Amino acid sequence: MFFTYVYRELRRRHRQALLTALGLAVGVALVVAVTAYADGVATAQDRVLQSLYGVGTDITVSQQRKMDEGGPQRFSMQPPDQQKQGKKFNRSAVMTSPGQQSISEKKLEQIASLDGVSAATGSISMNVMSVKGTFAQVQGGSSGGAQPGVQQSGGGSSSAQQSQMQMAPIDVSSLTVSGVDTTDLALGPLSSAQVSSGRSLTSDDASAKVALVTRAYAKQNALGVGDAKKIDGRSFEIVGIVALPSGSTSSDVYIPLKWAQTLSDNKNKVNQIYVKADSANDIAAVKKAIKLTMPKATVTTSSDLASQVSGSLSSASSLADRLGTWLAIAALLASFAVASLLTVSGVSRRVREFGTLKALGWKSRRITGQVLGESLVVGIVGGLLGVALGVLGARLIAALSPALKATMGSSMQLPQGGPPGMAEAIGAAAQTVTVSLTAPVSLQLVGIAASLALAGALIAGAFGGWRAARLRPADALRRVD
Amino acid sequence: MLYELTHVTKRYTQRGKQIDALAGIDLTIDEGEFLAIQGSTGSGKTTLLQMLGAMDRPSTGRLEFEGRDLAKMGEGDLSELRSHSFGFIFQAFNLIPTLTAQENVETALVPWRTPSEERHRRAAEALEGVALADRARHIPSELSGGEQQRVAIARALVRAPRVIFADEPTGNLDERTRDDIIGLLEQLWRERGQTLIVVTHDTWVAGRASRRIWLDAGRVEAPSADDRPGVDAAAGPIREPVLQA
Repeated sequence: MFFTYVYRELRRRHRQALLTALGLAVGVALVVAVTAYADGVATAQDRVLQSLYGVGTDITVSQQRKMDEGGPQRFSMQPPDQQKQGKKFNRSAVMTSPGQQSISEKKLEQIASLDGVSAATGSISMNVMSVKGTFAQVQGGSSGGAQPGVQQSGGGSSSAQQSQMQMAPIDVSSLTVSGVDTTDLALGPLSSAQVSSGRSLTSDDASAKVALVTRAYAKQNALGVGDAKKIDGRSFEIVGIVALPSGSTSSDVYIPLKWAQTLSDNKNKVNQIYVKADSANDIAAVKKAIKLTMPKATVTTSSDLASQVSGSLSSASSLADRLGTWLAIAALLASFAVASLLTVSGVSRRVREFGTLKALGWKSRRITGQVLGESLVVGIVGGLLGVALGVLGARLIAALSPALKATMGSSMQLPQGGPPGMAEAIGAAAQTVTVSLTAPVSLQLVGIAASLALAGALIAGAFGGWRAARLRPADALRRVD
Repeated sequence: MLYELTHVTKRYTQRGKQIDALAGIDLTIDEGEFLAIQGSTGSGKTTLLQMLGAMDRPSTGRLEFEGRDLAKMGEGDLSELRSHSFGFIFQAFNLIPTLTAQENVETALVPWRTPSEERHRRAAEALEGVALADRARHIPSELSGGEQQRVAIARALVRAPRVIFADEPTGNLDERTRDDIIGLLEQLWRERGQTLIVVTHDTWVAGRASRRIWLDAGRVEAPSADDRPGVDAAAGPIREPVLQA
């Protein structure tokens, strides 16, 4: 009798039942879509943060260098004598990351031994600038010496040096290199790298002249496993080609830390430390301990980085947090209210019917159960519809969303009149990562959404059933339809 | 004695005004009676019927059924009483529109938690008793007024109640159907010996009863038809206007 009555009643009022289900569905769909959007933004943020300093890193430590420390890099391109006129030259210079001061490995060891630290490793990142070309051939006149093919400063020459210089092209190239601790690649710049051919570096490679190159760099320069790559005059064998997550900042080449220290003249030093905490709860304490160990260091956690991220990804995250959550809650409450009102309205039209059943001896809870049963069916339909609409909405968000950008600004203070080229290098320190937004719908989210629909239906049914059952039969029968 | 009413009143508050639907009823009803309750519109007939049927409680007074004061019983006990001892027939039939004739009769057996097989059997027998077995699978909208009232009668009788209450059972029916329905009720009353209490404004219907009472302004005015001015019980079917002045 129960199921027959529920089925027949819903069939009779199928329009109202569908409308109630639709009301629930809209609320549920919004919850699914907004939660999927928020999850997608969070995933994108995680990807951004991971690409900035790799998977598994909880804290990074670096030390800023004052701009007036050290000197500009100079290339000596003057040929020793006139015999070099017309001869080729190739010079390179290694520069550690602008703005980053070296940190001794002793400090690294101190940090590794702090309470709450699971592991710590260091790296050196550097730029290798190469200049190659041909010394200019001077024709006629007496000149002091052959000049390289770069333009002389100061403008015109004296009449005594009225001579023609045959200008030759000069190639300037730059290469980013990172020196990594080959004994612990799970932490540091290569933690999220995937080897696409060859092999990765191992602890046996600590002193070897071997290198990994990124896939993009290898393609650009037609390099493969087994090829040699010269870095500041030294030849490194390429043992593997790696791919890093899209949008991540990476160097072109990765070599063992010892060789990077040698090339950059930073023996027993690093310029970036990566720290993994024992647990997420230890991060704050570890950060504090590192600051005590290195008061002048910049100690950054993932949440610090997250707060520094600007750009459309950051805006999307704010939107999801502030507007999205409240919108979903408001929509859900509204759909519950609509479902309740429609249910109560339907029950009001059946007051005489319920009064008759009470007159026949049906107990109040039996009548409430009947209304609840009808509401439950509506809730199931509403939940299924809502999940379907929500998944569709999430797919649309993912399909129509533009790629989002996240920018991590550099905190370097540039003094006036810095050396040429430094501005470009500093600009590189402000990293922009582009990520595509997804809107994943997990089974857990589907389960929660369906439960919300059922909960809404049960609330509506309970309220309606209570209204129906509380009337005395005489009062109910007194009502005029 | 089945019922004893002692100065029973019922007061409602409607839009701030107090309305005395029953202004002090003193009445006894014996088992097996066919009692007709007459009166003009608003005289309190239906209210009295609902009191007797444990669908409502008096405001003051005693209303005893088999020695138990219904005014002091809780809603659960009243519900039990209705499901075991009473059957109801309403003017508007009050059938569940989405259920078939047989299913409507079965709704009376739901409070008894009767197993479905037995429920089907008893409902089918009840419909047979009112000559509607061939319409068992039809929903109310597919039945005529007379057929719907027969289904309601079957529903009222399926539990073999002690008392059957009929509130204007022929109010929505044409004359011929009215005669059929009242004839059926009367026949069942004679065969089964149940107490039958009918509210009606129709003098002809009231004339079929073994006893008639007249209500006016919430009080019993005339305990028998003979005392009622202008009514001649021996004159056969007399049609009174539906609405009294």
